[in-house]
Amino acid sequence: MISFEPTEEQQMLIGAVRRFADKEMRPVYRDFDEEGEIPQNLVQKGWELGLTAAGIPEEYEGFAEERSVVTGALYAEELAWGDLAITMHLLAPGLAAYPILLCGTTEQKESYLPQFCEDEFKSATAALIEPTIRFDPAALKTTATLDGDEYVLNGNKAYVLLAETADLILVYAAEDGATQGFLVERGTEGLEVGDREKHMGIKALATYELALNDCRIPRASRLGGEAGCDLGQLMTLSRIATSALAVGVARASYEYALAYAKEREAFGEPIASRQAIAFMLADMAVDIDATRLMVWEAAWRMDQGKDAAKEAYLAKMFADEMVLRVTDGGVQVLGGYGYIREFPVELWLRNGRGFATFDGLAMV
Amino acid sequence: MIDFELPDQIKQQYAMFRQVAQASMRPISRDLDENEHEKPWDFINQMWPVVQMQEAYELKRAERKAAALAAGEKPAKPRKRRPSTVTLLMAHMIEAMSWGDAGIYLCIPGGQLGGEAIKAVGTIEQKRRFLKRFTEGEPKWAAMAITEPCCGSDTANIQATARLDEETNEWVLNGEKIFVTSGLMAAQESDGFVVVWASVDRSARRAGIKSFVVEAGTPGMKVTKTEEKLGIRASDTVSIVFEECRIPYDNVLGSPEVKKKDTTKGFKGVMKTFDASRPLVAASAMGIARATIEFVKETLEKDGIEIRYGLPRHRLTGLERDVMEMEAQYKAAWLLTLRAVSMLDERRPNAIESSMCKAKAGKAVTLITQKAVEILGPLVYSRKFLVEKWMRDAKINDLFEGTGQINTLIVARRILGYGRRELK
Ligand SMILES: Cc1cc2nc3c(=O)[nH]c(=O)nc-3n(C[C@H](O)[C@H](O)[C@H](O)COP(=O)(O)OP(=O)(O)OC[C@H]3O[C@@H](n4cnc5c(N)ncnc54)[C@H](O)[C@@H]3O)c2cc1C
Repeated sequence: MISFEPTEEQQMLIGAVRRFADKEMRPVYRDFDEEGEIPQNLVQKGWELGLTAAGIPEEYEGFAEERSVVTGALYAEELAWGDLAITMHLLAPGLAAYPILLCGTTEQKESYLPQFCEDEFKSATAALIEPTIRFDPAALKTTATLDGDEYVLNGNKAYVLLAETADLILVYAAEDGATQGFLVERGTEGLEVGDREKHMGIKALATYELALNDCRIPRASRLGGEAGCDLGQLMTLSRIATSALAVGVARASYEYALAYAKEREAFGEPIASRQAIAFMLADMAVDIDATRLMVWEAAWRMDQGKDAAKEAYLAKMFADEMVLRVTDGGVQVLGGYGYIREFPVELWLRNGRGFATFDGLAMV
Repeated sequence: MIDFELPDQIKQQYAMFRQVAQASMRPISRDLDENEHEKPWDFINQMWPVVQMQEAYELKRAERKAAALAAGEKPAKPRKRRPSTVTLLMAHMIEAMSWGDAGIYLCIPGGQLGGEAIKAVGTIEQKRRFLKRFTEGEPKWAAMAITEPCCGSDTANIQATARLDEETNEWVLNGEKIFVTSGLMAAQESDGFVVVWASVDRSARRAGIKSFVVEAGTPGMKVTKTEEKLGIRASDTVSIVFEECRIPYDNVLGSPEVKKKDTTKGFKGVMKTFDASRPLVAASAMGIARATIEFVKETLEKDGIEIRYGLPRHRLTGLERDVMEMEAQYKAAWLLTLRAVSMLDERRPNAIESSMCKAKAGKAVTLITQKAVEILGPLVYSRKFLVEKWMRDAKINDLFEGTGQINTLIVARRILGYGRRELK
């Protein structure tokens, strides 16, 4: 039966995540953006919300009775409302954990998944994006070639979250033209973590270039073993998660602009009393709600085991444009102040612009 | 639990309505567009029994509720009651019918908006007196007359008056209404009625506005003009003049008392019917949108053009991006509509959600249909196909039941917590 009400448990979870976002992320995110660092103790606190483990079943020491992408979408939005960079850092381990859960062999699940359910933040990540404007997840330039009992990986990656500290990197590479995942452990020869990248937004988040030079890994490290992985399903999951993040970022900017517009006066009355401002805010509200519903529908379809590829793809496309429009509107509502770094809206615009690029950078 | 699954029963009925749309509406769609003012009688007669059944069911429910109240039973707390699915079904029916033809859909007899107003605020006695007719005899229509030459969006400023003649205990209506959907059928061509907004005290502005039921054929009520339109041509849109038109005292809906001048409670009451009707207009818009998208994709497919989902942006063609944008806009508007509809069924206040979906749907269907004529170009600018008609039909959804701007204004006021003084 059609319903738009999260369950009581989901509402409790949202409440807890919202408190964390409000109390722990909001007071510090601007400083982190300026300094380009996220302190480990905050990451640890966020980890203790147990979100990653909440998506891993009990048999692998997580506490998901029933894994739910809808739940993931709900908390992703709340976290991103707090701050996108911190959120992506916190969720980065899921980039390795969830593909293992969805496509991994029994051995891969048993050896890796429990590590994501421990008390300490488990640094792990994935390397998908490549440093070219012609980047296409289904036609990667990075290659994997079978050589006896080993795979040999070659190529260059970009936007690899937490690469320097990650114990495990899921590297995506083309094997005979088809994208497959390869589990590469820290310190493997030929795995070279490059420079920390400097981006327009998400500046607090540590992302790196990565070079794979004849990087050899055991044949058994191919994600999913002989069966391999279903890239489509993983992209669908990541599109849902990323779009949920976009909703959170957009909502942050919208809420700030809404409150500001009621305070700021021009020509003797609050600027919100003018339709040019008020309608912009109303359009933002409509588009944010619409995107959220599209994300929920795609997530719900995944939970039901229905094909969600098209829904997720369209949601992501809509979300990418929505978050840019909304965060740009946020700056516009604040006028000149919007351009000043003392105010948060310029940061959200910089982050918002990134979504069209953020392919496969979050999973729930 | 967040859930997007339709109940089986609605799925079945939706499938049935889709079939009716395909079999009984599409074949006459073009013809009725080319021959404005003609009525789809076969279709009307086909739908009438369905309408009768639904209206009988609703009337019986109203009777039961009234009987229970009279017996002193307390009504169940709204949130405790099992959510109904009446509006959800209605939205799907309207979506399916509008996929068939939005103009012909508007010709379906029955209470429509006028009936809704009575269902929302009428007494049981009024429901019996006015709604029983939709359960028996020949097809009948009702209409809702708010708009006047002076004002459409600014409904609070309407000029029509209702004067109480205390000697005869009758209301005397004077004024001119325009753009009344199905007004011809309701006021003149069947034993229907028109719900008319008029002021009992113009100095009281909003607080003075009440709605009145005027039976077809009442002396003093006259249809003076039938409009010729851009689209939805099968639906008649008329002007109605009231000249010393006398109706019984009991034909006023809600309390006739004028509350204190600066309270707007009564007016808010009449505006409330919009919360229920706007999502249904949005549903109609979505039917046209779906028809258009389906046509576009089928046509492209026949031409060997496949829409490739999942590709990175730089590999998409402009055409693919256009089609995907249409689909995304459709999805956005439809989900907002379903949300507003399900809140109605759950008996939760939905004023903001209702205006959100109406604003979005009006804009989305306009964009989708106009884009379709653009991308299928030389083929569908021609009247051989229905796409150009859908584009003309679609536009009404951004105009009636509150224009796009008016619904945006309502959303804006709600999110800002502003009244009409703070945000004009
Ligand atoms: C085919 C058809 C069927 C109809 N059916 C019915 C019916 O059954 N019953 C009925 O009562 N009416 C009906 N209408 C009338 C319809 O609801 C009105 O036309 C509509 O509400 C707009 O009013 P208006 O035409 O007076 O435009 P106006 O109110 O003059 O508006 C003109 C423009 O100004 C904008 N505008 C107005 N006020 C504001 C504001 N405060 N802020 C920003 N922009 C504003 C409007 O959005 C619009 O773009 C129908 C109309 C049509 C065309």
